[in-house]
This record gives sequence, structure tokens and C-alpha cells, in this order.
Amino acid sequence: MKKVTVRITVNGSDYEREVEPRLLLVSFLRDELGLTGTHIGCDTSHCGACTVLLDGRNIKSCTLLAVQADEREITTIEGLATAQGKLHSLQEAFWNHHALQCGFCTPGMVLSAVALLAQNPTSDEEKIRHGIAGNLCRCTGYQFIVDAIQDVARQIKDAGT
Amino acid sequence: MLAEDGEEIKILAGGQSLIPLLKLRLASPRRLLDIGRLPGLAAIRPEERSLCIGALTRHADIERFAAPQGLEILCEAASLIADPQVRNLGTVGGALAEADPAGDWGAVLLALETALLCRSAHGEREIAPQDFFLDAYTTALRPEEILTDIVVALPPAGSGSAYVKFERKAGDFAIASAAVAVQAGEKHRIEKIGIGLSGVGLTVVKAMNAESVLSGQEFSPDLLAKAADALMGEIQPLSDLRGSSEYKTEVASVIFQRAFRSAWQRACSLDKEEL
Repeated sequence: MKKVTVRITVNGSDYEREVEPRLLLVSFLRDELGLTGTHIGCDTSHCGACTVLLDGRNIKSCTLLAVQADEREITTIEGLATAQGKLHSLQEAFWNHHALQCGFCTPGMVLSAVALLAQNPTSDEEKIRHGIAGNLCRCTGYQFIVDAIQDVARQIKDAGT
Repeated sequence: MLAEDGEEIKILAGGQSLIPLLKLRLASPRRLLDIGRLPGLAAIRPEERSLCIGALTRHADIERFAAPQGLEILCEAASLIADPQVRNLGTVGGALAEADPAGDWGAVLLALETALLCRSAHGEREIAPQDFFLDAYTTALRPEEILTDIVVALPPAGSGSAYVKFERKAGDFAIASAAVAVQAGEKHRIEKIGIGLSGVGLTVVKAMNAESVLSGQEFSPDLLAKAADALMGEIQPLSDLRGSSEYKTEVASVIFQRAFRSAWQRACSLDKEEL
């Protein structure tokens, strides 16, 4: 298959690579760029473990071709903490609320939460559950995940008042 | 390109149906035509008597759109499609062209007054939703055509609409879903009624018998029950992993009644308790 050139910004850095058109974005991130925080959890585009942000919107990177992300901006889990290692408020909250056990769903879950709160900072429990409906977790039963996200929503609200 | 090679090319819009098919090797087209960046097809344009929704509009953008009274169903249905990630990439045009028997937009279009605009190298044409869905995953689109717009007539005053979807698990297709658009007249008269159902057969279905029971009549719970019975008689859901035919028929009846009550409440601007 003839390769094409893609230029994709990932976590603020620009990358130019030759790829097969059929290469999925998740494989581009993991295999081309070595960013293995984005996980492959299924073959059927259901689980959401591969979730990244495309221009700020949460999407499943296993259901997008790398060529479709040409000239676009991607944020992966590696892009959330600062270069100095300060965690994003959602990462802190997940830690404090024990919102992860095995951690496999967590990168995707956190990024969906980032997108959700960016879209609607005052999300209540119902909106939070609706907002993470595309991220399956087999360990936690979701309650502590919801608690963590609610905690950050509350922080945003308190910071605003 | 489509005019030359229409049979061997698959169109890639949002890819939320196509890419999973490719991954499972259920589709192996020779070429993919990525139309995701075609300009002018991803906007929602209010016009004088209608709302024009570009075929490349993502479900998430319709979810967030401030729909006028009578078209609440657009945001409601959009919010119930799959999950947030799929809604951020999937397009209304792609979903309609995919024509999944349990797809959400088809039922919505059958309930409202709508037209599908499509274009090819030879020109443009308009297709009514009743003529669009031919079979499972099969539409009236020719291989060289693409959908460009969905035109939705602005409903008259006193209109309301609703979409209710019953699903097995988060992000699933519907076991059965109902789209209802209604106009309430004086003395609780049902001036106009449109009912679209999904998950109840090989294609989405316009429940015309149920519509006839309701149209022009004064609303009452008994009338609604009569319409629900008529509805059950005009669908033949397929038994599959989402339920038996009998089960889905019952679900469709219940879901239709919920959707009607919700649409009626919006049309009459009633509080829930008054229904």
C-alpha cells in the first residue's frame, strides 16, 4: 500500500510521518510515536480505552484513521500532566477517590472527563454518567470515577464563585 | 470519482460505522473516499421555513444545537446515539446512508416533515424519507451519489416532538425506539401527527395506521392506547440478540406511548403532572 505523509500535532509537538492510509490513529500513537498510554481494549470500537482528544473532543482513536487526523491536534494521557510532573486536577481526583484499580480504562476515562468538564463544567451526576458512557470499566463499578469527576466539577464551581 | 468507480469505493465520513466494518473485514473496498473535509456540508442553517442540516454535521453538534419549539426531538435523538466519542465523529448523513435497521435518525426523519438532498456528477435530487430506506443497510442512494443536506420543515405553533429509545446497555442500538412529532390544536385536538419507529423491522418504519387513529381526534389516554394497538399491528420486528419479535413489539408499544406523551406535553407546554 502506497504510503502518505501525515502531519499531526500530539501534546503540543508536531510530528510528520509516512504512514499507510489504513493505519489507525491508535496504532500511530502507540507504534509510531511510542505513546503507549492510549490502550487498545477491544476490536469492536466499544470500550473507549483508546480515547484521546481530537481538537479538544473525546474520540476513539481506534475508530479513526491516522490520515483523518492530518493537520489536527491530538491530546493523549501523556499530555495532561505538566512537564514538571504536576498532575492535572482530574488525575489528582482519580488518585484521591481511588477511581482506578487495574488502570487499563483510566487514560481514556480521564480524557473523556476532561472533554466533559471542558464542555460543561457544572455537570451533575447524571451528566457525568452520560459523559463517560463511552468508557467501559470492568474493575470499579464507576462510582468512584463519578465521585472524582464531581469533585473536580465542584472545584471549578468554587473557583468561579 | 464516484461516477467512475462507484461500486468499488466506500465513502468515509465520520467512519463510526465504516471503520468498525473494515476492522472486522466485513467490508473490503478497493478505495476509501474521505469526504470529511468537504466544505459547506457540516453546518446547521436556519432558513425562513425550514432548518437545513448539512450531511456532515456531527451528531454532537446537533445535540448542542438550540432547536426551535417543535424540533426538540433533534437534540434529544442526537444525545441518545451511541456514546459521546461516537457522537463527536459520526455524522447525520453517514448514519442515514448506513440505514441501520435500529438507527436513530431514520425514525426521526419519518416523524418530521423532511427531505433528503443528494448530489452526483449529473445533478441534484430530493428524496422523501419514506422513499429513502429500502432494506437493511440499503437506501435509494445510487453509487455515484452522496447525501448533502437534510431539510427539516419548521413546525407550526403548538408543536412538540420527542424521541424515546429503549436500549439494553449504554451506547447500544435501540431494542426499539419511537420518534413522535405532534401539533396540538384547540380543545386538545391532534392537528398533525408523525410517528417513526426504529428497531422494529428491516428498515425504520412510519407508523401510518397509528397516525390515522390519532390524526384529527381529541387526545385521551384511551385514544393513545388504541393507537398503540394499531402500531403493534403494523410492525414485524426480527427476533435477535436484542429480543424476540413479541418482546420488541411490546416494547415498541410502550416506548411509542412514552414518546407521544412527551411530545404532547411539549406541544401543549404542559407540566408533567397534568398529563
